[in-house]
Amino acid sequence: MSDTAVADDSSTETVTLANGLTCAIPASSPLAKLLKSQRTWVGPGAKERLGILRKAKSIAIVGASPNPARSSYFVGTYLQQSSDYRVYFVNPNASEILGQPAYPDLASLPEVPDIVDVFRKASDIPSVIDDVLAIGASTVWVQLGIWNEEAAVYGESQGLTVVMDRCIKVEHARFHGGLHLMGFDTGVISSRRQVR
Amino acid sequence: MADREYGFRTRAIHAGNVPDSATGARAMPIYQSSAFVFDSTEDAAARFALQKYGNIYSRLANPTVASFEERIASLEGGLGAVATASGLSAQFVTFASLAGAGDHIVASSTLYGGSITQLDVTLRRFGIDTTFVASDDPADYAAAIIPGRTKLLFAETVANPSGDIADIAGLADVAHAADIPLVIDSTIATPFLCRPIDWGADIVVHSATKFLGGHGTTLGGVVVESGRFDWSNHTFPLFEETVPHYGGLTWHGNFGEYAFLTRLRAEQLRDIGPALAPHSAFLLAQGVETLPYRMQAHVDNARAVAEWLDADDRVEAVHWAGLPSHRHHERAQQYLPIGPGAVFSFDVAGGRAAGQKVIENMQLASHLANIGDAKTLIIHPGSTTHAQLTEQQLVEAGIGPGLVRLSVGIEDVADIIDDLDQALDAAKGA
Repeated sequence: MSDTAVADDSSTETVTLANGLTCAIPASSPLAKLLKSQRTWVGPGAKERLGILRKAKSIAIVGASPNPARSSYFVGTYLQQSSDYRVYFVNPNASEILGQPAYPDLASLPEVPDIVDVFRKASDIPSVIDDVLAIGASTVWVQLGIWNEEAAVYGESQGLTVVMDRCIKVEHARFHGGLHLMGFDTGVISSRRQVR
Repeated sequence: MADREYGFRTRAIHAGNVPDSATGARAMPIYQSSAFVFDSTEDAAARFALQKYGNIYSRLANPTVASFEERIASLEGGLGAVATASGLSAQFVTFASLAGAGDHIVASSTLYGGSITQLDVTLRRFGIDTTFVASDDPADYAAAIIPGRTKLLFAETVANPSGDIADIAGLADVAHAADIPLVIDSTIATPFLCRPIDWGADIVVHSATKFLGGHGTTLGGVVVESGRFDWSNHTFPLFEETVPHYGGLTWHGNFGEYAFLTRLRAEQLRDIGPALAPHSAFLLAQGVETLPYRMQAHVDNARAVAEWLDADDRVEAVHWAGLPSHRHHERAQQYLPIGPGAVFSFDVAGGRAAGQKVIENMQLASHLANIGDAKTLIIHPGSTTHAQLTEQQLVEAGIGPGLVRLSVGIEDVADIIDDLDQALDAAKGA
């Protein structure tokens, strides 16, 4: 992947770098050992994630919290203020979140959202996927730190686009300048102006 | 954007600098502004609470500084970076983030003198004790760890002026066995010669003043983190405790792998304040664009000069790990296959007086306290950069009385050698 040479080796493996991009490196290199993943499911790459985010007009956050300290509140604030998406909050135990009504379930939303963003524990993901299928949404986005490989495979088998263990705020900010402003490696190299 | 990982030379020029969305400026704009307007009170509140990304005040973040940060993060293979006003402040914010009164650090005894005094004087006065390990064996670092108190291991990829090479993979294993991060100062190597994160380091710090900037014009530092260390492993309870100043968030709970760098910016830059100036960030980032070409020229010249000195009777020893005689020659080939940097020292026959005479007679090499300039630099560490160390510390740092340190520049190598030749002649019989 760059100039500091590693031992020549015919076998390579694909690893995910810290910036979210993937690349092929010699299987014998120390970096390959460090990044070796036990996971077998591989989600959409960076360019596909950008495509998902650019195509969508509406996002529903399942498991949204009215507590300002929670990650879902951060994501809701960011999407409301730093994106053009129509944002909906789903939480049966809340009436209002960030100045908007909170809906008890996905079926109660006024429209079918393009992306269902999920803040629920890993074992709840299969039932959320069934709810997503029931309303006919096309993409389920399971948040950073949540991993349920069987559920992801099941969702894909039912025709869903599945993103998992990624923060929708971070991924949107990766392509729209926010992550860059905080000094993170976005992996974005481009001679075109920043998308807005 | 293309879905690929671009090469090192491409990233040195492009990473962190997508054309400005407002103006389309192709060069990196210098945002010489202390503060940034909010869109609304709601926007201001969300930025202050870290709920959304956005600039507030240039002590915390600045768009030009961010471009430099992303560029270095990309080249080091890190998750992200936080830039600082100098290399020593990059270290200080890192240590201040991870250690407090009663905690302990294990560090190499061959560190740069300023790093030793930061740990030995100021941090010790703040209640943070450091054990300096006078050994290149990771097992000796393991033995110095105090379970429950030691918060990090610290070493340099290439030590100066001894030329020692750190066994980064071995030190990473020792650190991780104790659930603590390995912090590596990789100033002399730069990511072109070695990327410590690839070998298991968790945090890399640089004095960007040196080879990254490359022209001896601009002070700066940078902290890069891998994003791989588990900050919820209970070695650092602060990452899991509620933070009242930021609305009750928890660093690890809210930011996950982004926790260390987010906290470093939002707490340590906020409270300590060593921000990198936007104009400095521009100069350093421009220097980085030619880093691969300069570093190749630096190590090529260093090799020629080291081999010439090594073959000369007026010189007793040359401490450059690119030479087969150096005790870390094999390590250098493993960790820095292109070459172990361009900063090394040599012992002039005739001891202290002869060493000083050599320096006084240099015509091309500049006598000053810096390294990593396009120009060749020379100094006598025992009476300058390392003068504040005790006799014992000097011995442990590998600094003898006749030791002269060179930072080999990228002039014509024949001119550098000619300059040394006439100065060594002048020093004969001193």
